[in-house]
Amino acid sequence: MDFGPFLFLATLEGLVQAAVLCLTALGLSLVFGVMRVVNVAHGEFYMLGAVLAYWVTSWLAGSPAIGFALALLIAPLLVGVIAYLSEKLVLRRLGYDPEATIVATIGILYILQQSALLTFGPDARPVEPPFYFRVEFPWFGYSGYKLIVVAAAAVLLALAWFVITRTRLGLIMRATQFDRQTAQNYGIDVNRVYALVFAAGAAFAAIAAVLIVPIQQAHYLMGGDPLLLAFIVVIIGGLGSVRGTLLAALLIGLSDGILSVFFSPTLAKMVSTTLVALVLVFKPEGLFGHRSRL
Amino acid sequence: MSNGLKSAVLHTAVVVGFLLLQYVLPEYHLLSVTRIMLLAVFAMGFNLLFGYTGLLSLGHAMFFSAGMYGAGLSVYHLGWSVPTAFIFGILCGALLGFLIGLIALRTTGVAFMIVTLMFAKVTYLVIVYFTQYTRGDEGLVMPAESRSFDLFGMHFSLTDSVTRYNLALGLLALTMFIVFLLVRGRFGRSLIAIRENESRTKMLGYNTFFIKLKALTVSAALSALSGSAYALMFAYIGSSFANIQYSIDPLLYSLLGGAGTILGPVFGTFTMFYLIDIASEYTSAYLLVTGIVLVILVLYFPRGVFGAIRQNFCRWLP
Repeated sequence: MDFGPFLFLATLEGLVQAAVLCLTALGLSLVFGVMRVVNVAHGEFYMLGAVLAYWVTSWLAGSPAIGFALALLIAPLLVGVIAYLSEKLVLRRLGYDPEATIVATIGILYILQQSALLTFGPDARPVEPPFYFRVEFPWFGYSGYKLIVVAAAAVLLALAWFVITRTRLGLIMRATQFDRQTAQNYGIDVNRVYALVFAAGAAFAAIAAVLIVPIQQAHYLMGGDPLLLAFIVVIIGGLGSVRGTLLAALLIGLSDGILSVFFSPTLAKMVSTTLVALVLVFKPEGLFGHRSRL
Repeated sequence: MSNGLKSAVLHTAVVVGFLLLQYVLPEYHLLSVTRIMLLAVFAMGFNLLFGYTGLLSLGHAMFFSAGMYGAGLSVYHLGWSVPTAFIFGILCGALLGFLIGLIALRTTGVAFMIVTLMFAKVTYLVIVYFTQYTRGDEGLVMPAESRSFDLFGMHFSLTDSVTRYNLALGLLALTMFIVFLLVRGRFGRSLIAIRENESRTKMLGYNTFFIKLKALTVSAALSALSGSAYALMFAYIGSSFANIQYSIDPLLYSLLGGAGTILGPVFGTFTMFYLIDIASEYTSAYLLVTGIVLVILVLYFPRGVFGAIRQNFCRWLP
């Protein structure tokens, strides 16, 4: 294959990565932005999404499309409930103290991951894509499903954007983020907002996982990499800024996809992790660092 | 009895207790307690930074593995003698701690935790990337020549479990002594001052950045000491020791035993090691215990065992 088409293929792969990363990172960013909680267990919510998708689709062995559609509904819902409970039972009792919540979410990470190991087992398991069709480009054929993933992610992000900026719910969320106490004075039930935001953040990770699982397989350790990437994205984008997060996800997802086609993925990860740590040290407001709130 | 004397007696008693333990322990547990003592050194090093200085690092595995690979690679590839490699491992860790400190200590709080987490990840990736020297995940087994050494006219065989036990005990006692001297002295008080209120300490004229850098370097050196000894005694180095797991463990040990106490991490290491050991007999998901203990500690028992003892009974506990 010539360089041009090869680059095009790498870009497509990068786009799929970026789409999933956008969804995952948006969840992490929402939680950090509104609650100031660094959720280390975020990757495990992603993993749970994939595992639940496997279960739902294998129960409904008949039609992959119906099973997948159900998974897309049930997995985020269940993951949201689990997140809601862990927020209520653990994080709230810690008064959202930053260090204590990190330690607690590390604990939750282990609990979720090991529970998945207990029930789901140590093997990677495939989920069938809801449909097969290939898009024929002049140089190669490409999985139509992957393109649908990109489209679906775009629609979901647009929806999230609409909710955050144009609805009453979004306004309440932004008010809580802006100043917790003032929001409370205006009669906003801050605790409920926190619980809902935490659940929604986890649900975003779960949706991302359901979308990706026909391409990647479900495995109980699959939460590690997206967590690191999501961290990277949220830091580069400026902690808690949704617009920055989306821009960064696009940038990182694309470049990661393209770079790992050309270089060793370990080297790529090494370099990007170092750079990001340095960004956090020297430019903590992120590269897209307008200090805007949302 | 003065407070200093009381705590000196208590800590000597603990060391003597470990010394006597070797006569009653069966072979399997002799090995476990050897590991526990070395990991306790790691936890004490971590705790110097976490418990006394108030800096929570989520990347101490990088210092542990710096010691481990510093010692292990120089024995394996360069054929260095055991004592030289051991010292070299510690120096590697101290240097890494110093360099990481220069960068990471510009941040505080959550950012410090994430930055150290990321540098530890990079260290892990470096080990995996240079797989032609490190054999990555598969690891390296130390050559047979490095299983014994002569020092001060004495011969030590590292294949003998009693020798290993006593060497580990020696390192544990040494570390306890160092940490004891450090935290009871001026330096320790300045660390605690930083933990309690950094801006006030700064206002009183202390260069807090420099003090924190010193604390991180010592903490890294102790962690590397543990890693270095671990590599040489058990004759194996592998990238799994650079995993995030090895950054969380010392945190767990310190929290359980009591952050900011000397005996806390030792107690925590002992308890958790056996908890995990027992759990792993029943299930492969034994890390579930780690998660549950972490959540319970942070929710209901943030001071840990020795922290609670100090608060309620013996205020003199260092």
